[in-house]
Amino acid sequence: MSQLQAIDLTCIRRDRALFSGVSFDLEPSELVLLSGLNGAGKTSLLRILTGFIRPDEGRVMWQGESITNDITRRAFAQQLVYIGHKSAVNPLASALENCVYWCEQQQLTTPPSVIFDVLTTLGLVGLEDVPCGQLSAGQNRRVALARLWFKQSATVWILDEPFTALDVAGIALIEQHITAFCAGGGSVIMTSHQPLVSITQWRDITLEYRI
Amino acid sequence: MSPYAALLKREMTLAFRQKSELIQPLVFFVLVITLFPLGVGPSPDILQRIGPGVIWVAAILSSLLGMERLFRDDFQHGWLEQLALSDASMTGLLMLKVLSHWLVSFVPLVIISPLLALLLNLTEPMYWALMATLALGTPLVSLVGAIAVGLTVGLNRGGVLLALLLIPLFIPLLIFATSAIESAAMQLPYGPQIAIIAALLLTTLALSPFAINYAVKVSLH
Repeated sequence: MSQLQAIDLTCIRRDRALFSGVSFDLEPSELVLLSGLNGAGKTSLLRILTGFIRPDEGRVMWQGESITNDITRRAFAQQLVYIGHKSAVNPLASALENCVYWCEQQQLTTPPSVIFDVLTTLGLVGLEDVPCGQLSAGQNRRVALARLWFKQSATVWILDEPFTALDVAGIALIEQHITAFCAGGGSVIMTSHQPLVSITQWRDITLEYRI
Repeated sequence: MSPYAALLKREMTLAFRQKSELIQPLVFFVLVITLFPLGVGPSPDILQRIGPGVIWVAAILSSLLGMERLFRDDFQHGWLEQLALSDASMTGLLMLKVLSHWLVSFVPLVIISPLLALLLNLTEPMYWALMATLALGTPLVSLVGAIAVGLTVGLNRGGVLLALLLIPLFIPLLIFATSAIESAAMQLPYGPQIAIIAALLLTTLALSPFAINYAVKVSLH
């Protein structure tokens, strides 16, 4: 049974219906790719799924319960990794500290050695202690994406444009990690304007740009 | 580590990384108070007369300087979103942010104020009344400020709006705080004024967590 369900979602922004009647189930081991033109409402849909925005109609269900319920929201949060447009990387803290803060906030006991390993995988060797404000946009994105490695209990990833600012090698690395996560039973819903390279199987949900 | 302890640790560490932002309101506070004796003349009577008001007005205005820092950076970087997606009460997390903001921006101000009271020729009873009103009044400023910051954090350049929203709300506090210190100057009991400020604080403490949570939710929308 799918854990995350979107039922009849409608989102209205500035008197314009971005989308209406969007329903889908996010199945385990599935990658859903949201596509659509700029302004079609992809980010709004993802933010509705995380609960930041209340849909104008419809609801989002986590294991059969609406996520507006606080208990369900917290249960959902335990199994969710969300990486949005804003990367939640503090420019004053180093890559290592940013990872540690996030892990502690998520109540994960990730030993520093694991964090170092992940940062190494992401090509940030030697930059662990540099304040993120001095890193490039792509490197900051990599620090944010390191979260995909830490949370073992996660079953759902919601990724908004994860490939922004990443180089070819970085995109390949993240795609590979997404494939492995889906193979392990995880579900991913993401947006991307770049065509997927190494991933072969996904489900497309296209949002039309409406006027 | 519990998510609450983790947040408090993070807030404190990051606050001390931005020393200039931290010191700016404090320097403003000190400058205003040191300039007043120069501006109105060194007559001890006049200074004592205007002292309580000057200190409180300076405290409120300097608090506005640093108030935006409370949620602004975390909102812009997206950390508030990540907080909303952690297995913890969002209300609790936001209250901890307010607490850490109060600790780093108001506690130094409360500590330094006796020194400034000397500049304005406050007597010892006035000095105790000043400490009591600051100790009770500044958490109130933080809590009410947090609601307004939560509401305006999503707007660019919300600074002016923030001041317009907050200043009227601080007027009762200003009236009762200065009146308490004036009573102390005349050797009168100032318990009633302190009690009113304490009542304001308790009411705010009870209601503001929900308002702050809701304000931030509106901004995250």
